Amino acid sequence: MALISFFEWLGLPYGWSWFLSQAVLILVFQVVILVSIAFILLADRKIWAAVQMRRGPNVVGVFGLLQTFADLFKFLFKEVIIPAGANKVIFMIAPLVTATLAFAGWAVMPVNEGWVVADINVGILYLFAMSSLGVYGVIMAGWASNSKYAFFAALRAAAQMVSYEVSIGFVIITVLLFAGSLNLTAIVHAQAQHGWFVASILFPMFVIFFISTLAETQRPPFDLLEAESELVAGFFVEYSSTPFLLFFLGEYLSIVLLCSLMTVMFLGGWLPPFDIFPLNAIPGLVWFLGKVLFLFFMIAMVKAFVPRYRYDQLMRLGWKVFLPVSLVWVILTAGWVTFIQPGM
Amino acid sequence: MLIALAFYLFSAVLVASGFMVVASRNPVHSVLFLILAFFNAAGLFVLLGAEFLAMILVVVYVGAVAVLFLFVVMMLDIDFAELKKGALQYLPIGLMVGLLLLAELLFAGSAWIFAPAASDALAHAAPAGVTNTAALGHILYTDYVVYFQIAGLILLVAMIGAIVLTLRHRPGVRRQSIARQNARRVDEAMAIVDPRPGEGA
Repeated sequence: MALISFFEWLGLPYGWSWFLSQAVLILVFQVVILVSIAFILLADRKIWAAVQMRRGPNVVGVFGLLQTFADLFKFLFKEVIIPAGANKVIFMIAPLVTATLAFAGWAVMPVNEGWVVADINVGILYLFAMSSLGVYGVIMAGWASNSKYAFFAALRAAAQMVSYEVSIGFVIITVLLFAGSLNLTAIVHAQAQHGWFVASILFPMFVIFFISTLAETQRPPFDLLEAESELVAGFFVEYSSTPFLLFFLGEYLSIVLLCSLMTVMFLGGWLPPFDIFPLNAIPGLVWFLGKVLFLFFMIAMVKAFVPRYRYDQLMRLGWKVFLPVSLVWVILTAGWVTFIQPGM
Repeated sequence: MLIALAFYLFSAVLVASGFMVVASRNPVHSVLFLILAFFNAAGLFVLLGAEFLAMILVVVYVGAVAVLFLFVVMMLDIDFAELKKGALQYLPIGLMVGLLLLAELLFAGSAWIFAPAASDALAHAAPAGVTNTAALGHILYTDYVVYFQIAGLILLVAMIGAIVLTLRHRPGVRRQSIARQNARRVDEAMAIVDPRPGEGA
């Protein structure tokens, strides 16, 4: 890469040049993601408003485009309040854990051919690990707040996220069987050869993964952690100012991360739908962004018009519907790969 | 240089957090330090080139097992004074177990050097040219598939045993049956009546 040779030209050994160029890359990637998240957050609010025939945020900037930045500074300049009975260290670590893990997952996400910070062999497992660790931010916040509401939310979070990870894991296994690799770039390349996985026998898995994503990121209709009619504001009821902002940021980061994962696993990543002239002339990054934004639009629409699930319904859906269906589908896919299309 | 730095960072944090698991007074802190220890062990696995094991360690132990630990420990009603009293009493036993394990580990570790047959059995993270995910998969599901199935069966029996031990059938409990609710149709669930005034339905 050009950056490495620049640092080597400055007289640094290869190891340190690699380290510094990687650091610069990560910094640029993070800033780009943060700015995109600001507008995606605004889009979420605008879509929600449009469904309810409101205007949504429209005061700060043209069409309210700068609303998120105004909110950001509002949060930053507020006072940090730590409850007297709270466990102060864990109380402050919890939002950091949430935001850091949500950022860390992006390291292996290929947004275009070769555009990835760390192209590791077990990329999809790494992503799965990072998203399953997201529960710690919630549990730690709920326990450290020393408040009944926050604690109930933490208990719900632990049960909910562990339940839905099971079906997410099985969905990932079916995709791995089809692609024959755990590397995200290799999964996209497999789709260049065999067509998008959403248009194969994996389609039901796409649906399950989409719904499990909603549960894993605590989006409505599965936002029982912050069910305001029962738990005031759930696990972050005691948080204010920047720590609250970090929770908010971590939530949206992980939603968009899982949208990107869905894009890579099922919708062909940066590939155009057909490899013909006007479509393949468009850069891969545009396709990738378009697909991610489409999935985010669907998630925002679900928030706008689906009522919240009851807790037992949530558990039933996870354990009695998704788990058996995805388990059967793993066996079906394994059979398909072995006997019908051995080349895959 | 960078690898050495990473190794010493991971191992130092691993040992320190392992110590804190035992030393910290609050059980919730202990579990959180345990999670930190798992995390750093995963980092050491990555340095060894065993990236699949590292990720599985994080997914299974940190993502699932430790969540359940934390879940249980969080709900305990902690009395700090009580906990502190017991700690010194059990210190000799704890130290003895720890020293025994340490000595055994040292013997096992040094066996690689003084036992003549051991150097042939030295583990490699992965055979050349194959990712260690593929290598592990090959060993587990192709070479030793029968043993793998037996292990699975033993786990299944253990699971069924746990369910049998805890399952209670209470008579007279009204349960929701989603299938029956969905099977209801308008004409069997609802009757339209046209009562005359003063007579009722």
